[in-house]
Amino acid sequence: MRKYLSFFKIRFINGLQYRAAAWAGISTQFAWGGMMILLFWAFYQNGQNEFPMTFPELSSYLWLQQAFLALFMAWYFDNEIFNAVSSGNVAYELCRPVSIYTMWFMKNMAVRLSRVVLRCMPILLVAAILPKPFNISLPVSLFAGLLFLASMFLGFLVLVAFTMLIYISTFYTISPLGIRILAISVVDFFAGGIIPLPFFPENIKAIMYILPFASMQNTPFLIYNGYLNGLDILWSMLLQAGWLFALVFVGRLMMTKALKKVVIQGG
Amino acid sequence: MRLYIKYASIILRSQMQYKASFVMTSIGQFLTAFTTFLGMYFMFSRFNSVDGFSFSEVLLCYAVILTAFSLAECFVRGFDAFSGIISNGEFDRIMVRPRNEILQVLASRIEFSRIGRLLQAIAIFIYAIPTSGVIWSSDKILTVILMIIGGFLVFSGLFIIYASVCFFTIEGLEFMNIFTDGGRELGKYPLSVYGEGIMKFFTYIIPITLFQYYPFLYLIGRTDNKFYMILPLVGIPFLIPCLMFWKFGVRHYKSTGS
Repeated sequence: MRKYLSFFKIRFINGLQYRAAAWAGISTQFAWGGMMILLFWAFYQNGQNEFPMTFPELSSYLWLQQAFLALFMAWYFDNEIFNAVSSGNVAYELCRPVSIYTMWFMKNMAVRLSRVVLRCMPILLVAAILPKPFNISLPVSLFAGLLFLASMFLGFLVLVAFTMLIYISTFYTISPLGIRILAISVVDFFAGGIIPLPFFPENIKAIMYILPFASMQNTPFLIYNGYLNGLDILWSMLLQAGWLFALVFVGRLMMTKALKKVVIQGG
Repeated sequence: MRLYIKYASIILRSQMQYKASFVMTSIGQFLTAFTTFLGMYFMFSRFNSVDGFSFSEVLLCYAVILTAFSLAECFVRGFDAFSGIISNGEFDRIMVRPRNEILQVLASRIEFSRIGRLLQAIAIFIYAIPTSGVIWSSDKILTVILMIIGGFLVFSGLFIIYASVCFFTIEGLEFMNIFTDGGRELGKYPLSVYGEGIMKFFTYIIPITLFQYYPFLYLIGRTDNKFYMILPLVGIPFLIPCLMFWKFGVRHYKSTGS
């Protein structure tokens, strides 16, 4: 475990160096969040419909989404890993006495976490002092807050486990381009990156909730704003854990299979 | 112009060497635009209308801005990727050639794979044109064309500013994406839905409403004021400060070496 932690640390500290990029990211995300909120506000103005959540709940959801974007963004991929596979450098990594799956997993976690550490606080602070109902409110209860943190961590692991499948698939396809593009669109849409999942029509929603993508950002944010409560929280978190195990299991299986007949590109 | 076409055909041929990559990128462009469209569809299936605009009216607006943006991204991409030209010293080579710099930068990169996004825009047009309830007389058609041209020019102007900033920062500023990509995302809906403040900003600072909101009102028959129809042309002077800023940047250009 120690060796994996040091991989994690190297990447994490490396990621913390990009301060200027972080400021640019913060302002972009802030503008983006503001835009989404104003847009939903416009939709909420024609008050004759049933809203799946109240506007303050929605504001909290959207700001959390911006603040923790780096944990859940689908479009970030570590190009070093893709290059390692397509250039053949992965051979060196295979010589090391480490599990390549765990190592890549750790590296990915570290990059994403380092970005979030730099970015989430300013966004959350400013979002908290905005006038009601556009601000982010506190979690509905202390207990919900704790569950939110736990669930966010689970969701984060689910996302990383999912992206691992994309990395591993490059062993088979060499060029990651196609599958990567597909994955980005699918994850973004089904995880609630375009519109929050509760806004989908009921029959589609039922299916979307079961998919692994709903176990990413959707579950923790809905726990935070009180949309999920009681037993629902328990079920969604169990589902998260289930998906995590399933994805890691499939990932490891694919990895072992791929490595059995791996062809190293070039020399 | 002949030179530009020559450049374009070279770039097209070279991009066609990597057909799979080209197709994939186009599909990716199409998919991202498509999920955005699905998002809008589900929002409207719940809410029916926003700020008094119906789904197909909003789609018309989205199609216009998507067309304008993807055309700008296709042909003015050289400016969008300008930080690369600066940081690898390519711009030195451009300056010593006896041709206009802008032409050369424009011709350095033409992104034909933006056709994916354009196809999406065309598909939306095909859906929205009959269902939007607009009676398509010749002046309405002219309005749409003017909106697209105006949008193309304003987005081009934004890309030029984005590039000019690189003269001073070397790096591209991710921050600027708020105005280009952000402009596209905001522009899916008529800008009035975001409220007064945003409207004013995008009228007087960055003239997006001039080719989007106001002519759109004329298009869907909210107003009979013919003046709104030609407003996209009023946005053209926006290019002047952009080009001035570019010239200013060129004059202060210090080579990064190689």
